[in-house]
Amino acid sequence: MSGHLEGWALGRKSLVGLLFLLIVLVAVCLASIAVGSKEIPLAGVWHGLFTPTGVEDDVVIRELRIPRTLLGIVVGVALGVGGALMQGHTRNPLADPGILGVTHGAALAVVLSIFLLGVSSLVGYIWFAFAGAMIASVVVFLLGSAGRGGPSPVTLALAGAAVSALMHGLVSAIVLLDQQSLDAFRFWQVGAIAGRDLTVLTQVLPFLLVGLVVAAFNAPGLNALSLGEDVAKSLGVRVGTTRSLGIFAITLLVGGAVAACGPIGFIGLVVPHVARAFTGPDYRWLLPFSAVVGAILLLLADILGRVVARPSEVEVGVMLALLGAPFFIFLVRRRKLVRI
Amino acid sequence: MGATSFRLRRRSLVVVAVALVLLAAVLVVDIMIGDFPLTASQVIDALLGGGTRRDQFVVTELRLPRALTGLLVGGALGLSGAIFQAIVRNPLASPDILGVTWGAGAGAVSVITFAGSLGVVTGGAASVGLPLAGLAGGLIAGLLVYALAWRQGIEGFRMVLVGIGVTAVAGNVTHYLLTVGDVQDAGRAMVWITGSLNGRGWEHVVPVALALVVLIPVALIGGHVLGALQFGDETSRGLGVRVNVARSFLIIVAIVLASVATAAAGPIAFVALATPQIALRLAGTAQPPLFGSVVVGGVLVVLSDLVGRTIYRIELPVGVVTAVLGAPYLMYLLVRSRREARV
Repeated sequence: MSGHLEGWALGRKSLVGLLFLLIVLVAVCLASIAVGSKEIPLAGVWHGLFTPTGVEDDVVIRELRIPRTLLGIVVGVALGVGGALMQGHTRNPLADPGILGVTHGAALAVVLSIFLLGVSSLVGYIWFAFAGAMIASVVVFLLGSAGRGGPSPVTLALAGAAVSALMHGLVSAIVLLDQQSLDAFRFWQVGAIAGRDLTVLTQVLPFLLVGLVVAAFNAPGLNALSLGEDVAKSLGVRVGTTRSLGIFAITLLVGGAVAACGPIGFIGLVVPHVARAFTGPDYRWLLPFSAVVGAILLLLADILGRVVARPSEVEVGVMLALLGAPFFIFLVRRRKLVRI
Repeated sequence: MGATSFRLRRRSLVVVAVALVLLAAVLVVDIMIGDFPLTASQVIDALLGGGTRRDQFVVTELRLPRALTGLLVGGALGLSGAIFQAIVRNPLASPDILGVTWGAGAGAVSVITFAGSLGVVTGGAASVGLPLAGLAGGLIAGLLVYALAWRQGIEGFRMVLVGIGVTAVAGNVTHYLLTVGDVQDAGRAMVWITGSLNGRGWEHVVPVALALVVLIPVALIGGHVLGALQFGDETSRGLGVRVNVARSFLIIVAIVLASVATAAAGPIAFVALATPQIALRLAGTAQPPLFGSVVVGGVLVVLSDLVGRTIYRIELPVGVVTAVLGAPYLMYLLVRSRREARV
């Protein structure tokens, strides 16, 4: 009875926290629409959002800033939730989809599509990147958990490194032989949410939504699994099914995000840690918090990237690595040891 | 015990002798093959100062410096990897994972970009600056990983993870720099960060040779200290080895070796990782043999370069060959090490 009450109190606290973060997200969205190489005052933002009359600011807002911001939200949500799932299923607080080879899988597929098929648009890359990401993540997970002990942080990280290096070698070979491939590829490989129109978003959105739904159903099972596979089994959880569903969701979420924006690293690593500070280990709360925090951080990094090198921009993928890697190293230093 | 160690020592001596002969043979074959094919006797004649002037020029000015650069770079990478793996006590540690490689890449690519279409650095400064920037980038990244992983001593696992973090920053900076310049610059930068021996002359041979001449004896003297480290911190301390001092010293030697090699030929993937494991299996020792790793690394790079420049009508950089051959080897090691751990 008292446990039930405690849970309820925690739930209410978490709900308040979530509301607070949602308000922050709205503020960040407004900033993302206002800040850029052309500054738009808040009154102009309001005008462009609700009573557009086609003046220059309105066009900038509706054609550029809104698609960019929406894409940032969606991709931030996907990578945040994907990262939380990845850390849960590998039982490794340092797991990040970027470390686990998904990125290079997508990169190889994109380069092949440019080189062999002459694909040349961001929309055209989507399906190739998606397929490449899926294949790579499955290979890395199988390779990293080849033993009976299951995936360990080090084997997964190194399996990711091996698969990534092989694909990186092949990518280098292709772009060195073909300058046109290099020219297209070098702009894809810094992850960005700028310069994409809404078509990109609508293409990947169904996959991301399915991924989010699967992730939501995965949360209770993940809670049980975090007690250890034996305990989970005795609680009646089907371990194999839960894991497979989780990996399916990760692949959809992260693959979709890479397909839409190119490789964006480290956000999936950092977000769950920030979210955990609000929620504790309960995945039913951790996943929604990770979603909101992911969107906030991605937009913040993007805004920072627009400001830091004016008049040009630094892509959000680069900004996140510059901000996220120090945090990662801080975690490595602080933790007693990360072998779970 | 005495007999065993004598037999072991004799075996590694035999391996080294065989490897040196192999090395010379590989070098000659590598010099024979190219746009102007030469016979073995022509090559040897030219090396000894005879032969026609054309043969002389092709051998001593074009092919020998390239082959020697490959040999020395491979040796330096092999030795660096052997030291890292012995200290981290993990067959998967190498300068590729520990930040040196991408640090050097970021340094060199920034020079290529800023000297190229942006024209900030020009002329002689740009050509001298490229290897120097690579050297500086590799050293900074390597030492940064070392410093950040330090927490009352160096723990291998922590160093690998810190290395992954630093590698990510350097890698992303490099990718960003690739988008800043024009596509010609990006192409040159890609060749550099893949690792290539194309157009390497005596000016590339000398620095690596000097580094090896100084650092091989240093590393070998540290070898018995390394041997003590194999037993783990407690035992080593019992044996009177100052663990942290010895370890720090050797790590810095390994970082310098990898940085010098990378400055000369770019970050050639997987040589530092695979070489000590191959040498270890050939020599039948418990830890990566240091001198053996030098030899095996040299042979590996020269042969890979030979494959790269003959396999296709356009020359492939040696780094592509080593990555495509080396990655499956790493996967094999991973699967195998899991099996061993299970037993």
